[in-house]
Amino acid sequence: MKTSFEPAAADPAEGVTRGVTPGGDPLARRSFLAPLRRIPNGVFAWALILPAMVILLGFSVVPMITTVWASLQEPGIGTSIGPANYERMVNDPVFLQSLRNNLLFSLVTVPVSLAIAMLMAVLVDREIRARGFLRMALFTPAMLPVIAAAAIFLAFYQPNFGLINVIAQSIGVPRQNWLGNPDTVLPSLMVVMIWKEAGFFMLFYLAGLQTISPELNEASTLEGTGRWTHFRRVTFPLLMPTTLFTSIVGVANSFKQVDFIFVMTQGGPNNASNLLLYNIYLQAFPNRNPDYAAAMTVVLVSILVALAVIQIRMFDRRIHYR
Amino acid sequence: MSHRVRNRRRSIGRPLAALGAAAVLLAACNGDDADTRLEDATADDPIEITMYYPIAVGGPLENVVDGLIADFEDENPNINVTPVYSGNYDDTTVQATTALAAGEPPATTVLLSTEMFALIDDEIIVPFDDLAVTDEDEAWLDSFYDEFMANSRDAEGTTWGIPFQRSTIVQYYNKEAFEQAGLDPNRAPETWDELVEIATAVQEGSDVSWGVQMPSSGFPYWLFQTFTTQMGVEVVSPAGNEVYYDKPEVIEALEFWYSLSDEHGVHPPHVVDWGTTPEDFLQQEVGIIWTTTGNLSRIRADATFDFGVAPMPSNVQPGSPTGGGNFYIFADAPEQEQRAAFELIRYLTQPEQAAEWSIETGYVAPTPEAWETEAMQEYVADFPEAEVARDQLVNTVRELSTYQRGSVYDLINDALQSALTGQVTPEEALTEANESINELLAPYR
Repeated sequence: MKTSFEPAAADPAEGVTRGVTPGGDPLARRSFLAPLRRIPNGVFAWALILPAMVILLGFSVVPMITTVWASLQEPGIGTSIGPANYERMVNDPVFLQSLRNNLLFSLVTVPVSLAIAMLMAVLVDREIRARGFLRMALFTPAMLPVIAAAAIFLAFYQPNFGLINVIAQSIGVPRQNWLGNPDTVLPSLMVVMIWKEAGFFMLFYLAGLQTISPELNEASTLEGTGRWTHFRRVTFPLLMPTTLFTSIVGVANSFKQVDFIFVMTQGGPNNASNLLLYNIYLQAFPNRNPDYAAAMTVVLVSILVALAVIQIRMFDRRIHYR
Repeated sequence: MSHRVRNRRRSIGRPLAALGAAAVLLAACNGDDADTRLEDATADDPIEITMYYPIAVGGPLENVVDGLIADFEDENPNINVTPVYSGNYDDTTVQATTALAAGEPPATTVLLSTEMFALIDDEIIVPFDDLAVTDEDEAWLDSFYDEFMANSRDAEGTTWGIPFQRSTIVQYYNKEAFEQAGLDPNRAPETWDELVEIATAVQEGSDVSWGVQMPSSGFPYWLFQTFTTQMGVEVVSPAGNEVYYDKPEVIEALEFWYSLSDEHGVHPPHVVDWGTTPEDFLQQEVGIIWTTTGNLSRIRADATFDFGVAPMPSNVQPGSPTGGGNFYIFADAPEQEQRAAFELIRYLTQPEQAAEWSIETGYVAPTPEAWETEAMQEYVADFPEAEVARDQLVNTVRELSTYQRGSVYDLINDALQSALTGQVTPEEALTEANESINELLAPYR
């Protein structure tokens, strides 16, 4: 705790009773703030919370409720309520495929990008030449706008003039239509996601590494522990809290970040790269089925919450909080 | 109400009509001072309207639109137009309907011509006939190419959209590659057999990687309509409530498209991206591409080699669907804004302006008069390829437009892509899609 940044309260008791500006001329304060004193503490507290509460209610809570409400609207004329939209989902092959795609997408991209992020963080945490430059270079993908990155990768993946095929051909591998083939399109998008996310998570791991005491490192050196053993027995367990955090963020991102689909594949070919949120967009806007989209949104949020709970439970047993 | 106004005016003749209109409008606006009428609006107190427009082809076209709007405002100081560039067509639909839901509808928006039935179904737009008051207005509504009006009028002849950036699909071919392969550089394929022949020859005899490329990402139903038209069949009923994708001719059309990569090996396998296809052509990776005339200006500007533009080849007959965007006027906009939008749209489709827009983009100017203008004549004399799309108009069909447009497109696009990637046979894909789509459209029959 850095107490030096906190304003010095000369009289702690006064600070508590007023709950307002510390210091200043007592006389001036009395004249300006006198009316405030007559406000009961409870009311004053509510007044302070009010702006945040209005924003939270208006932009989070109310939309959540209206989404659930919309998802329960039966199609057709009238105002009946029922689970029709949810029943439709069970029999909607496009929805089921987008769900399958998304689960596979998350299952691959999150662990791989976390592993790469951890590796990169450990590498650039050491005293090496051009460390600042290396860190920046590894973090750059995370700073690029998704659309810009997607446009670059779209060109990379092109079957004719794309960089990847040019390289593949020069080493004797046959050309592929990466984004046009249902078998390769999702893996191709996974690469973009991992490339984008790893640098971002590296930043958290770098911060996590700063909290590990250098004494542990010295102890390992004195004991003659190998570098791998040190990583496995010391660094990795101590990074567990960071891993929990990044994995939850990563899973959420893997469901949330669909911008690149707009640029690269529009969900095709034949829905092979259709992800849940993109499907929701299609239903909500181009297809003008907002109620069905709302139902899918409810399912999406439920999945995210369930996954977060599982992750927290799973990691909890293995996390070494200090 | 507007129907009544129009009829009365017609019966009493034009000079009186203006007076009558003013009287009726005055009565309509009685007690509603906040709404200035179009006739009363001045440069100091203009009618403010918003126009959303998409750009679906390459090139810096915002400046062109801004220039056209500025010219309009100079001539009509009582109208103030805010043009809003709103991304691609889908983005524009989303933005316009969102603005509508928020109670701030734009007076006019350029959307796909194929949106017409869906927009009517959702009661979002008004017919232009309701806003046409003079004989001159009526004549203007009839001044467009019939082929473009096929997607702008319903079966009863009501005009719901005005053609603006309309296109057809044409062949672009690399003359230098043709020459290198020993082919006639002034002759593009004119039949399906020739297409396979020439594509094979150019792929083997020149530096290109592929003979031919027809993009199939995003909206393959559109390109597919070239094949079905060339087979001599229509895939959709005029009322937009039934499709015929299970016809043997349609299935044969898809089998031919698939055979280009599967059997003949002259087309890249699987799905080819729409947006990068012009780039493939410019990089001399493909000999022939099929894409919209809207890409003409961009390809002309960026091509480092001699290229040709040719009409679609023929199988049973030549042909292509039309495509592109129409102006729509929104029902929820106040009447004076609708009338201002009407004036704006009429201005933008006058021969001079239509010619300018066509020259800058490559879209087909929608009226015969636009092709008679001096600017256009000069342009065409220098660049005869620009005429190909117009000359092809006689062989065009209306782009697939149905009720439940979004879901219908999803079904047919998925079916086409699943067949083109070899997941299922063309017959299975189309039969199944046809059944699902007609089930979806059953309530509209």
